[in-house]
Amino acid sequence: MTDAVHHYTTEVLDWRPFVRPVKVEELTDEQREALKITPANKKISDYVLTLAHDPESLLHRSPLFNGIMYGKDGLDRGGRELGAIGSSIVNRCIYCIAVHARHFNQVTKTTEIVEEIFAHETAAKLPEREQAIFDFSVKLSAFPPAAIAEDMARLKAVGLDELEILDLIMSTSIFGWANRLMHTLGEPFRPAKEG
Amino acid sequence: MTDLIEALVGPVPDARINNLLARRADLMALTEASRKAVLTPAEPGGLSHALRALIAVRASERLGDSRMKDHYYEHFTQCEDFYDLVGLIEPDAVSDDPWLQAILDHADMLTCRPRTATSGDIEKLYAAGVSDADIVRLAELAAFLGYQVRLVAGLRLMEDIR
Repeated sequence: MTDAVHHYTTEVLDWRPFVRPVKVEELTDEQREALKITPANKKISDYVLTLAHDPESLLHRSPLFNGIMYGKDGLDRGGRELGAIGSSIVNRCIYCIAVHARHFNQVTKTTEIVEEIFAHETAAKLPEREQAIFDFSVKLSAFPPAAIAEDMARLKAVGLDELEILDLIMSTSIFGWANRLMHTLGEPFRPAKEG
Repeated sequence: MTDLIEALVGPVPDARINNLLARRADLMALTEASRKAVLTPAEPGGLSHALRALIAVRASERLGDSRMKDHYYEHFTQCEDFYDLVGLIEPDAVSDDPWLQAILDHADMLTCRPRTATSGDIEKLYAAGVSDADIVRLAELAAFLGYQVRLVAGLRLMEDIR
């Protein structure tokens, strides 16, 4: 078993559960429906097979997550990914950070913002728009939530309209959910090199 | 379907916020369906509806959200057999049942300090006899509450800034 990864990275990581996932051959019809299993999906991840223990939650959270992160109009993809990153830094979900930092870099064609966040975490110094979005996400993700009117005013000052702000609230909040699954039910590791 | 979220935001309906949520009506409907899945699932496993509501009340108190706490307390008192758990309603109350106390401790960790989570937390649940499926159900419940409280907190800030 390779060592767990505990540092920030944008590498593609794998994830292994601390609990016993459901076995593919023992999946019920309800679990199959929640997993959206079709003959075309060959490999089902251990993460999904872990969440299959609670198919009712998984059935609704999967489309909710996808709608919040990939919905059309409203906040741009980079803004949503930055909301996800802010929450994931607060909750130190290394796997979530790797995935969403990678997505952020892809859609914005930058690396500097993620590098600054990796170096200075919640104290990162970013361009004005990204700073307003990241700080809002970090403060909303705190326990207890600590965003204040001033943080909201900064979002408006950098040009976010109300629908975009709602999208940021949702992308941050859904990671208050996702981080609490991914970071507490298992851990990331570096996949073995192929061949 | 957005009624609950609106009610948690504040006592006076705000047309501006409601119109905004209507533009994300599909996501609000999925939020409500998710709430039912974690609070009143058809298959609750080892976590009864009353225990789930208890966890929601205690988490709301830890989070300092009195509107959310009132909502879940009302819901708690409508659950079957809630009176068996009513002595645990304050978040610092301790159960003498090791299985139950392990669940309450883990719920606190998920609500208040998820970044500290390690495999040791899961080992403690196993030691107390909590099943794999109940561990996942508990994580989904506490994680949903972490989502809901932040969605509501963000919407309150939007309401305040007009």
